[in-house]
Amino acid sequence: MANVKLTVNGRAVSRDVPDTTLLSEFLRETLRLTGTHVGCDTSQCGACVVHVNGKAMKSCTVLAAAISGGEVTTVEGLANGSLHPMQTAFNDNHGLQCGFCTPGMIMTGVDMVNRYKAAGRELTEEAIRHELEGNICRCTGYHNIVKSIQDAAAKM
Amino acid sequence: MSEGIGARVKRKEDKRFITGKGKYTDDIRMENQAYAAFVRSPHAHARVLGIDTSAAEAMEGVVAVLNGQQLTGDGIGNIICGWAITSKDGSPMNMGAWSALATEKVRYVGDAVAVVIADSQSQARLAAEAVEVEYEELPVLVSTRDALADGAAQIHDNAPGNLIYDWEIGDAAATDAALAGSAHVTEMEITNNRLSPNPMEPRSAVAIYDEAEEHYTLYTTSQNPHVARLVLSAFYNVAPEHKLRVIAPDVGGGFGSKIYIYPEEITCLWASMKTGRSVKWTSDRSEAFLTDAHGRDHVSTAKMGFDANGRITGFKVDTIANFGAYMSLFSSAVPTYLYATLLSGQYNISNIHCNVRAVYTNTVPVDAYRGAGRPEACYLIERMMETAAREMGKDPAELRRANFITQFPHETPVIMTYDAGDFGGNLDKAMAAADVAGFAARKAEAAARGKLRGLGYSAYIEACGIAPSQAVGSLGAGVGLWESAEVRVNPVGTVEILTGSHSHGQGHETTFAQIVADRFGIPIDNVQVVHGDTDKVQFGMGTYGSRSGAVGMSAIVKAMDKVEAKVKKIAAHTLEASEDDIVIEGGAVKVAGTDKQMLWHEVGLAAYTAHNLPDGMEPGLKEGAFYDPVNFTFPAGVYIAEVEVDPETGVTKIVQFTAADDFGTIINPMIVEGQVHGGIAQGVGQAMLENVSYDADGQLLTGSYMDYCMPRADDLPSYTLEHNTTVCPNNPLGIKGCGEAGAIGSPPAVINAITDAIGTNDLQMPATPQAVWRAIQAAKSPMAAE
Amino acid sequence: MYPTTYHKPETLETAVAMLQGSEEGKIIAGGHTLLPTMKNHLAAPTDVVDIRGIAALHGISDDSGTLVIGATTTHAEVAGSAVVAAACPALACLAAGIGDPAVRHAGTIGGSLANNDPAADYPAAVLALGATIVTNQREIAADEFFDGMFATTLEESEIITAVRFPACEAAGYSKFPNPASRYAMVGVFVAKTNGGVRVAVTGAGEDGVFRHDGLEAALSASFSPEAVDGVPVSPDGLLTDLHGDATYRANLVKVMAKRAVLASA
Repeated sequence: MANVKLTVNGRAVSRDVPDTTLLSEFLRETLRLTGTHVGCDTSQCGACVVHVNGKAMKSCTVLAAAISGGEVTTVEGLANGSLHPMQTAFNDNHGLQCGFCTPGMIMTGVDMVNRYKAAGRELTEEAIRHELEGNICRCTGYHNIVKSIQDAAAKM
Repeated sequence: MSEGIGARVKRKEDKRFITGKGKYTDDIRMENQAYAAFVRSPHAHARVLGIDTSAAEAMEGVVAVLNGQQLTGDGIGNIICGWAITSKDGSPMNMGAWSALATEKVRYVGDAVAVVIADSQSQARLAAEAVEVEYEELPVLVSTRDALADGAAQIHDNAPGNLIYDWEIGDAAATDAALAGSAHVTEMEITNNRLSPNPMEPRSAVAIYDEAEEHYTLYTTSQNPHVARLVLSAFYNVAPEHKLRVIAPDVGGGFGSKIYIYPEEITCLWASMKTGRSVKWTSDRSEAFLTDAHGRDHVSTAKMGFDANGRITGFKVDTIANFGAYMSLFSSAVPTYLYATLLSGQYNISNIHCNVRAVYTNTVPVDAYRGAGRPEACYLIERMMETAAREMGKDPAELRRANFITQFPHETPVIMTYDAGDFGGNLDKAMAAADVAGFAARKAEAAARGKLRGLGYSAYIEACGIAPSQAVGSLGAGVGLWESAEVRVNPVGTVEILTGSHSHGQGHETTFAQIVADRFGIPIDNVQVVHGDTDKVQFGMGTYGSRSGAVGMSAIVKAMDKVEAKVKKIAAHTLEASEDDIVIEGGAVKVAGTDKQMLWHEVGLAAYTAHNLPDGMEPGLKEGAFYDPVNFTFPAGVYIAEVEVDPETGVTKIVQFTAADDFGTIINPMIVEGQVHGGIAQGVGQAMLENVSYDADGQLLTGSYMDYCMPRADDLPSYTLEHNTTVCPNNPLGIKGCGEAGAIGSPPAVINAITDAIGTNDLQMPATPQAVWRAIQAAKSPMAAE
Repeated sequence: MYPTTYHKPETLETAVAMLQGSEEGKIIAGGHTLLPTMKNHLAAPTDVVDIRGIAALHGISDDSGTLVIGATTTHAEVAGSAVVAAACPALACLAAGIGDPAVRHAGTIGGSLANNDPAADYPAAVLALGATIVTNQREIAADEFFDGMFATTLEESEIITAVRFPACEAAGYSKFPNPASRYAMVGVFVAKTNGGVRVAVTGAGEDGVFRHDGLEAALSASFSPEAVDGVPVSPDGLLTDLHGDATYRANLVKVMAKRAVLASA
């Protein structure tokens, strides 16, 4: 068993879990934060993306024990009193249909905009599409996801 | 801003999804939950000689290990196909037995032979690996083309030669004669590739047995929970209908693959009774590739004849459809009544004949996948039209226009009656939006950059609004395909809509509320849509075949008609006016031309207090309705793809994609456009990226996203959409349906564009970079092909 | 996953001791190769030793013209490094194209090299640039490091600590991604070094990354895209899979080589 101490969405948690516990399992099963989804087993679909110490990561491919002491933000922790601009943009631009990939899309979108802003780079449509390489959506054809991220980037 | 019909209203359901509060089946955890893990066949075809569960049973956390003998011993019935197709010689289809857990034989890699129930998921999985199954391997059959060959492996005893049925539609002799007399005949061999639907939420089930009540509850990823309950009780004998509640909570996409009732759900329900535990199973993606029903997989030869003026004289098609190892729920209907009946396309064709042979192979069962039969038909027709135009030296748009049906209703030789459309108008809109006139200049500019630019058309039509019950009953369907709805007006005037449709991404909670807002003048926030629970909604046929607008919303309209009639009676009584003078406007029920009115909620309250109702009127304000469509609906449109091919690598980029659709009345354009976007992406996926591939031993080669190529954001362009609306005359809202159009119309447009770019018609789907590069090499020099 | 014990030592010595003390220990860093195989029950290490707690293994520096990248440095760090961009922009560009953003935040250069996936990007750069793999035991020249698919000359319990890239005049990388996995189906790294032009090909070879003599000779004579035209690339020894057979890959080797030279400008 590993003792995993994390700050998840601003709240300190400490839990003893098997060493093999993935961060996605720790969030979904241990903490019952089920907003983080698992859509594949080859680290490709991106439904499980959360922020670990401020960076987007695939929680299905991170051992919870490995990031003990760190900070995790999930889709549940993104809104701070009011919805995050990325969340609002997904609603405004119909950036989701079934909603299953959405948490990962939103967390990836926030990470992407943060990185481009920090680097002073323009987040073009082409750049957004490239940045979404690790997030698969089967419903939207991506058109409105791209629009949502563009919209949020202008507001973040 | 209006929230009614035609308004671009933001979705009500989004908030829970964007905040991570959606409730999907795998998010549910019961108090005494155990986990199921299936023991699956590693062989594509083998006899099961024995199952040794002793090692697994001894493992930590294992509650039970159950097998097919026990399952059938408990009277659990075989999985059925619900649509009976009769062969042309009058014989019934050959349906092989399919037990949820295989007993004597396994017929595809992934076929379940046993299940382990354990305290944790990892314990269940480890124990499943410890179950020892002794197999005797049998010869394997994978290829659609080889299924009917002499000496092919025999998969089901009651389907000699692996033939499920040999069915036909249309007049063979007349079509042959028409082709013989044609000035030009285009002939092609066309493959429609096998696809894995891949909704992003993997299938999942939580089965709960209440021993005291002898009652079962199943949470499951279903597009149609009532159909699941019906089949589970009437055919699989899991529990009588009134002792089984099926709940499909938030469901993360379906695309057809969540219509069916699979072995896993059946087994979980049965195992919950056997073990006294709630039993949960959630597929991982690898398991989904091995067990979710696949789509398409046709090989066809087609001949299309033209007279000297370029008018189509006849169309003859011969198709082999691969059903995989077992007949899934709607499999039989897909390559027959959902396919061959659409072979007239948008064209006036006097003679059509289609023969379909359905076959078994040692592969995952194949069933309806977004479009279901109609993409196969559209792809054939539209590739034939484009190829014919090239062969005859005609402009492909004008060849289509010259053959368009212009008078409605129009009866085709393949039993469809098109009710309304404006095919020429669709073409005009698409061509203008795609700037076809400027294509030559763009092609020249691309050539200067070393790129091959091509443009391809597709004029699709589909039959949606599935379907008139009497008609489908006469064609072999085991169920009626109506829909039901209930409209409950509460004493405070808020409204609940209970619908048999099921939303798994389609936005019903918003769209359905909009038609109520439109009718009764109340805000959509005052309307709650309830779906997906057999204890709440009396019955329903669910969501597939683009039916929730044309059929599901029609049922709501019928129920609203009844509510409105009662509201008017109450208001007329209260306001001492004639019922005929009562109008509902802006949230009030008024006497036309006067200032006398009751507010909407006052009518609701009056209905429930019942202090002053007309004589004989029952209290309350709740009405239900069943709506049975009178015809299919016929969405149609024209899609234009423009591509650039890199001749050095074969990489194809879609530089522009234009869709002009006629969906009839549109309730929420934003949601409709989203449906088209997603459909196009799936169609582009089929055309360029996706293909389920097996090796000769029946091992799945595309078992994960490492090898099955899902469309990603950078594979796709932004789309240009146009609408050209003709109202459907056969349902109250004039809706045709929009869910599948994109997936139906786009594959031929893409392939026609690529073949235009590279100057050869010899290309099958998926047009991967390698396939396109090879086609370019072959066209350069026929010797270089191999 | 089969049960395992997770360790996160803070020194190299402890890490080695843990590996040596385990029945079947595995090193983990970004985990993007090991964890998926463990999830699918294709690997069952008794112990996983996470080397990301060892500070000395992390970071990027310029050691008098030699670029030194610590083993646990992530792809995102290499892609975003000003030091790398100044010393060898092609390497930054390569790192920026590995996987997707979330993968780049986790995956490491050491992990990529130790695993030697035949479709990984870094082996091409390391081999073309004539880099040196530094371990806790020795220094290994790139030409001596790769040993066929998923195989290297690393010993048991030998841990990569850093990679040293000598300065080069010009370098470029061009990748043709597998349409499904986005790994390299063919990736060609060209480098003009003081020992001549070196060309390394990843994704295409049956034995993993390899150097191509013909391309090296032609590009040594003239470092231009046109120089590639006349070079025969044989499909012999190239991979055939669902996405591309050896003939197609041979074509891609040439096309990517030209584009890599173009990119080096």
